[in-house]
Amino acid sequence: MVPLVKRQTRKGKHPMSEQKIIEIEVLRYKPESDQAPHSEVYKVPFTDDMSVLQGVQYIKDNFDGSLTFRWSCRMAICGSCGMMINGIPKLSCESFLRDYYPNRITVEALANFPIEKDLVVDLSGFIEKLEAIQPYIIPKEPRTLEQGEYIQTPEQFSQYIQFTSCINCTLCYAACPQVGLNPDFIGPAAMALLHRYNMDSRDGGQAQRMELVASEEGVYNCSAVGYCSEVCPKHVDPGNAVNVNKINAAKDYFLRFLSPKGGAQ
Amino acid sequence: MSKRRPYVRPMGGWWKKNPFYVEYMVHESTALFVAAYAITLLVGLVRLGQGEAAWNGWLEAMKSPLSIVAHLAFLVAIAYHAFTWFKLFPLTMPPIIVNGKKLEPEVVVGSGWTAAILAALALLGIVWRIAA
Ligand code: SF4
Ligand code: FES
Repeated sequence: MVPLVKRQTRKGKHPMSEQKIIEIEVLRYKPESDQAPHSEVYKVPFTDDMSVLQGVQYIKDNFDGSLTFRWSCRMAICGSCGMMINGIPKLSCESFLRDYYPNRITVEALANFPIEKDLVVDLSGFIEKLEAIQPYIIPKEPRTLEQGEYIQTPEQFSQYIQFTSCINCTLCYAACPQVGLNPDFIGPAAMALLHRYNMDSRDGGQAQRMELVASEEGVYNCSAVGYCSEVCPKHVDPGNAVNVNKINAAKDYFLRFLSPKGGAQ
Repeated sequence: MSKRRPYVRPMGGWWKKNPFYVEYMVHESTALFVAAYAITLLVGLVRLGQGEAAWNGWLEAMKSPLSIVAHLAFLVAIAYHAFTWFKLFPLTMPPIIVNGKKLEPEVVVGSGWTAAILAALALLGIVWRIAA
């Protein structure tokens, strides 16, 4: 409160008269005592430069210190502040209270993940998926230091660059009903990262990764809703990575019948 | 002892929670109309195989008001189905590179629609010629 008043005084306004107040409804869950989550409404004074994240921080600092949420960079790059804002997965640090005022806003933990506490979700399943796709370059053949660095043309680079922009914010998982219905589905961001390595000219791990692509947890869980790509703050288009790999998996499947060696194992 | 007790929210009625999902359900369900129309045509084929009387009966049935209303519904639903199907092209297709640049989604979608409209007009023209 104090800094707000100061800021307004600096602008020469009367401290309280112009103070805008927005209602923020937060879905709370305390695992120690609550059976299920419940909503609580807070009246938060705000200025036009305040993000939803700052609104939530205001609640923690002034009303309830136990309110739990993740954040770090507050500049849309660390990917930790994702929340459902009015039911839409968004980075709370780049969503502004002024865009919702004078309506009440609802803030909820990212959908399709178990709620750990308040706005914090359990990401362990997501981390396991990231590990499962082997997110590193698997060389085609052993290479010695003497052979020097890999050479890559701008064209080869352009094949995968878009899929390197992911910040692991998991908004795309919160946007995907298939992830909600089957939590084992590898999901959009992990598939985008898998695609990033498969499309890299330095990599030779495609055959290994394709097993996962075509598996029970793989791309065929996707029914092309497409909302993942819509909500992605970094224009990764993870939905395209998923769908292109449906085609790749189908090609693999049919090509093994044509393979002279009798097919891949 | 761990106090962890992650809460899993129920998925019931998920598609009603976001207009994007509602539209998804609408365009997916138009596939039922595509199926219904295919069955209608299939019945016609079976009736044709059963002889002249059966075939004429089917033709008569097709002229009934109910059938005309149904066909108008098929037309609208299938047109919407085609519209949204091409709209998903940029999501579902591998990127198309022309002169080292990725084709814009609008161009991809627009070409799909144009091709669909031209194909429909060509088919209509052929049927017209045969009927005349
Ligand atoms: S693909 Fe986009 S929405 Fe998904 S985790 Fe990465 S940056 Fe976030
Ligand atoms: S706080 Fe880092 S992305 Fe929002």
